[in-house]
Amino acid sequence: MEEKTEEKTEEKKEEQKSKPGRFGPFGGQYIPETLMSALHALEEAYTHYKNDPEFQAELEELLTHYANRPSLLSYAGNLTREIGGAKIYLKREDLNHTGSHKINNVLGQTLLAKRMGKTRIIAETGAGQHGVAAATAAALLGMACEVFMGKEDTERQALNVYRMHLLGATVHTVTSGTMTLKDAVNETMREWSRQVSDTHYVLGSVMGPHPFPTMVRDFQSVISREIKTQMYKAEGGLPDAVVACVGGGSNAIGAFYEFIGDPSVRLIGCEAAGQGINTPRHAATIARGAAGVFHGMKSLFCQDEFGQIAPVYSISAGLDYPGIGPEHAFLHQSGRAQYVPITDQEAVGAFERLARTEGIIPAIESAHALAHAVTVAEELGPGKCLVVCLSGRGDKDVAAIARYKGENIYEGGGKHS
Amino acid sequence: MREENKLMIKIAEAFRSENPALRKKAFIAYLMAGDPDPETSADYILTAQEAGADLIEIGIPFSDPIAEGEVIQAASLRALQAGTTLDTVFDMVSSIKDRMHIPMVFMTYLNPVYAYGYDRFFARCADSGVSGIIIPDMPFEEQAEAKGPANKYSIDVITLVAPTSATRTAQIARNAQGFIYLVSSMGVTGMRRELTTDQDRLAHLASIVEDIRKETDTPVAIGFGVSTPEQAGRFAAIADGVIVGSAIVDIIGKCGKEAKPALHDFIAGIKEKVICG
Repeated sequence: MEEKTEEKTEEKKEEQKSKPGRFGPFGGQYIPETLMSALHALEEAYTHYKNDPEFQAELEELLTHYANRPSLLSYAGNLTREIGGAKIYLKREDLNHTGSHKINNVLGQTLLAKRMGKTRIIAETGAGQHGVAAATAAALLGMACEVFMGKEDTERQALNVYRMHLLGATVHTVTSGTMTLKDAVNETMREWSRQVSDTHYVLGSVMGPHPFPTMVRDFQSVISREIKTQMYKAEGGLPDAVVACVGGGSNAIGAFYEFIGDPSVRLIGCEAAGQGINTPRHAATIARGAAGVFHGMKSLFCQDEFGQIAPVYSISAGLDYPGIGPEHAFLHQSGRAQYVPITDQEAVGAFERLARTEGIIPAIESAHALAHAVTVAEELGPGKCLVVCLSGRGDKDVAAIARYKGENIYEGGGKHS
Repeated sequence: MREENKLMIKIAEAFRSENPALRKKAFIAYLMAGDPDPETSADYILTAQEAGADLIEIGIPFSDPIAEGEVIQAASLRALQAGTTLDTVFDMVSSIKDRMHIPMVFMTYLNPVYAYGYDRFFARCADSGVSGIIIPDMPFEEQAEAKGPANKYSIDVITLVAPTSATRTAQIARNAQGFIYLVSSMGVTGMRRELTTDQDRLAHLASIVEDIRKETDTPVAIGFGVSTPEQAGRFAAIADGVIVGSAIVDIIGKCGKEAKPALHDFIAGIKEKVICG
């Protein structure tokens, strides 16, 4: 009898040991055997350098003097007055070098890859922001860089493709599947399995197999650490809500992370509802997805009854993804964070409104969060305050928004193939 | 607790020789279920058996096959476009199970299995005469949740070993079921012309086979990038079997519903080299 108990404990220990990177039932390492050793090496290196003062100092130096951190926390006074509710603050990730939050993660991972002796980084990109950030870090740190981007995205984000070329990166146009972000991830994983020894895959979001969701979250959590300090300075306390857009979910987890243990702070993620969650044209994983296993992780995915991954749609190339990071799936399941679907139309409205009221053109991704922040500000009412993570700037979206509004602007777009 | 299933042909049969002291070199043929359509793919499985395959690996089409090269990606797409679902795959396999005298295993990504429900999926495998499953995106560490339900229905969970598995190889080998799928080279599935000429690679693979044999009697079959009878012969010489996928699927991709004669000739040609080296 005693022996049996011992065996069971041993089994349980074995199970815990074999399930790294879990967030409740979500997360894990569902990846082909060819990549398992590389993931273990990455996990080991990350655990080491995470606590290495020299590595951290080098990263801090890059974030401060290259990426322009800390990013500002701007009070959106005009927008607040127009709504007449809670005070709205904007966390200005759009002011980072390369124009979005993506640089936080990319500098961390590329520095880590260099310490691991890798000479080449590869990356997937949707809107092109992560690809541009990866190409930038590679240029700075002297690494080769190849970016995989869906054909549809190379067309709607042609300027970012050219930026990557300028930065010395090779851009591979992905023509398999739906030719968007999901397919770019597939192709980058295939490439990594072909050439893993000298190559690091700089995954752009809090998704994929362990240790990526944890590592990317740690690199992005600088956002919420800064918000906390800045809000104490501006308002003398915590915000009542933090609102961020969610595709894979890296800017959102970065903006939420320091507040997870503060139950008074509402955490709200905004996912892409495209043309509406009652149409087939959306990317609303929490609203319409189901539990599944894909891209290395157990999480929630838009899929059919037979587990085929669904083609998704959003006006925003950065939110056009059929899954969500496993920690978000868990925050949703546990009720700690709330997730709402925002349509193209609502996002475009918020995009225009911020430009008009505050003189800031946000990324169309971030505009999803802004659209809902207005609703939350009304709900909370005067005397409260909230923070919207303005994850990126909107220059890249101007031509596409004009086309959405029926104006025929082709700013060099549609030519790349 | 394993329930006995009389319909199911054990995987060991594929490697069993008339002489009990020896083991037969097995030729494993991969075909995509539903390519070019479910009915024709059933016919092609029977063709492969007739041409001398010792075990059939049946691919379940998936929207995003991340371990596959272009040939099998295209086959997956053709099968899905022909309306193939998991239910039609089970119906197709069930329709030929009485005519099969060699074992069949599924090769599928985890999500279709997970979405169908582990118990329901493996119960239908057993009913359809399928004896094993290969899930390329389910590494050893994540096997527990599927292995329990699979083994309940006597379905073997076949694990992969890669050239990069290194220290993981022994642990995988000790827990192996059915056969061990040794990945010949890095990357995804697909035809690679240069494989046979690479002596270093052959030697490396032979050393991995040796490492595995220190831990287990479970047969080892080599797959990924095997496309000619000569390559198949070389791999068979250093292992217990060889798996050919993309080269077979490519014939179906080119000939569609008229692939039968070419398929038969190609498989028979490989079989000859697997036996004779």
